[in-house]
Amino acid sequence: MAHSGISILFEGQNFHRLLAGFGVTLRVAVIVLLIGGALGVVLGALRTLNRRWLQVLLRGYLEVFRIVPTVVLLFVVYYIVPQAFGLNLSGEAVAIVTFALWTAAEMSDIVRGALIAVPRHQLEAAEALGLDRTQQFRYVLLPQALPIALPGTINLATRIIKTTSLLLMISVMDIVNVGQTLVEANAHKHPAFAFWVYGTMFVMYYVLCAPLSWWAKHTEKKRLEVANG
Amino acid sequence: MDWSVIQSSLPQFAAAFWLTLWLSAVGIAGALVVGIAASLTQFFRLPGLHQLATGYIDVARNTPLLVQLFFIYYGLPGLGIKLSATASGLIGLVFLGGSYMAEAFTSGYNAIGRGQLESGAALGLTNGQLARYVVIPQGLAAAVPALAANVIFLIKETSIFTVIAIPELTNTALDLIGLYYRSSEYLFTLVVAYAIILIPLSWGLTTLERRVRYGTFGH
Amino acid sequence: MADLLLDVQHLSKAYQHNQILKDISFQVHKGEVVALLGRSGSGKSTLIRTLNGLEPFQGGTLAFAGTPIDPTPATWLALRQRIGMVFQSYDLFPNLTVLENVLLAPVKVAKRPRADAEPEARTLLTDVGLADFADRYPRQLSGGQKQRVAIVRALAMHPEMMLFDEVTASLDPEMVRGVLDMMTALAQREMTMIVVTHEMGFARQVADRVLFLDDGVITVDTPAEAFFTAPPTDSAKAFLASMNY
Repeated sequence: MAHSGISILFEGQNFHRLLAGFGVTLRVAVIVLLIGGALGVVLGALRTLNRRWLQVLLRGYLEVFRIVPTVVLLFVVYYIVPQAFGLNLSGEAVAIVTFALWTAAEMSDIVRGALIAVPRHQLEAAEALGLDRTQQFRYVLLPQALPIALPGTINLATRIIKTTSLLLMISVMDIVNVGQTLVEANAHKHPAFAFWVYGTMFVMYYVLCAPLSWWAKHTEKKRLEVANG
Repeated sequence: MDWSVIQSSLPQFAAAFWLTLWLSAVGIAGALVVGIAASLTQFFRLPGLHQLATGYIDVARNTPLLVQLFFIYYGLPGLGIKLSATASGLIGLVFLGGSYMAEAFTSGYNAIGRGQLESGAALGLTNGQLARYVVIPQGLAAAVPALAANVIFLIKETSIFTVIAIPELTNTALDLIGLYYRSSEYLFTLVVAYAIILIPLSWGLTTLERRVRYGTFGH
Repeated sequence: MADLLLDVQHLSKAYQHNQILKDISFQVHKGEVVALLGRSGSGKSTLIRTLNGLEPFQGGTLAFAGTPIDPTPATWLALRQRIGMVFQSYDLFPNLTVLENVLLAPVKVAKRPRADAEPEARTLLTDVGLADFADRYPRQLSGGQKQRVAIVRALAMHPEMMLFDEVTASLDPEMVRGVLDMMTALAQREMTMIVVTHEMGFARQVADRVLFLDDGVITVDTPAEAFFTAPPTDSAKAFLASMNY
């Protein structure tokens, strides 16, 4: 029974279609990481400036994205943007916008945390040596802040990948949606097929996320070793 | 925005609100139990069990809840294991949450310096006494911020239960939108409902963090 | 000669092919104060930690109060009630008040009734001028105060011997005196002590004997006065010179 289920996975175009769905998932994740990450770096840097109104505004932005579940954000953009702006976005575009805004909020917190973790006197020492602002940033701030931000950023990448599973809900043909379609077409004949499809999906997400998580752990360990001598 | 639409949907939202709270409470309680058990097997390096716990945490943290739920609710019946949507949802939430809680506890224990364990040992404390008077009180206090973040995270994750048609908040809102096409009103109500749960909770947890810190370390 | 308390014979310890302690033999008698001196990396901290079971060793024997120590966890657990140890980093438990820190081992390990242990703990704290700090948390104390509490915490177990591992090394200079005075008072009350320290003046004043470690080997074992007036080896001479002594 279970055996007949797994064979269907490799029948015809089935497995190929599943992989193509996985491709959509990956594409969305990469675009979101690039756009959201870049925006987050800018916002995070802005949050270290001494401008009260800017801090309040950006903190508020972060809190909204922290409080509202990502699924809900997704539907807000999905339903409200076409109504409010008369724009007809594809499901994939809606997802990219939503996830990128969420990623930017989380990324801004990582970047801010890393920047303020570098002690002030490091910059003062650099200034005393005659380095200008750009040089201070390039030679003192960046090299020290980067290792602090790296583990969190890698972890954020795994969270983005896991979040892409929500694409199904707005009818993007990602891996979950393709899997569901395959199951619907075959499950009446072979009930065990669903087990194999969702099992495969499970494994695919794991294979993508686990190495990133290990890498994040490794970089964090290395950073702490350096920090503690 | 039509307020009367919101008003007439309030009974459905109220029911969904309590269901979300109930599912969250049960799921979080289960996750704490699993998390403490898994982290203790790791701290005491219990043979066999701690490798098992490490493997479990790795798998649970690196797969999305949505896929976990699909696997439990739609995949397992293929093997003859049929679970209700609510049971599937709770099992998924505990499976996912247990791994996050375990990591929070473990990092709390690890925050305790080697010197603390050595000076305890030098006083003649047994491993059990070390765990009880040094490791657990200090580890728990150090873990509270991470545990609090997990609580918020898990409540938000219940929104994914909508894919297996559990009538919690998100599912209710999406159902209503499907029926009446009033997306602004229902989405607004949905966001407000989550805010009512999560904003006071996150303030409360911040106060708790401060209390526990003060109670444990006196500052 | 007073009774033999600690007998170390041919002790050796290696860590990843690195011989840290080589054929260490010495004896400590009741009431004796032994200063363990040497450059950093000479193995003195490892040696004193080995004497409390915090570091495993590969060769040789240890005996305490006439009984050979078979180095199992259970043996060390029992012995640590009789051997007190204080560390460089104080390591008070931050989740417990000063008084609770002092009472933890007497009440939980030695199973003494609290009503009996508490007055004694308060007296010990009063003796070192910390009576008013009993209900404070370690975080609220200065480094010197913390280290004095750590010593009281070890004394509350009525140890037969005390091990001090660089207990003044992380203190601000103005805090050092109070801790050293406390140790001097202990020595005068005939407490058996092994002291790893960088305070040469203190070692000379308090110690009966000096063990000088060089690269994991005891190269000098001599009365303290002799060590400081006429260092017997070139290495010891160079060491004292490097300490500005």
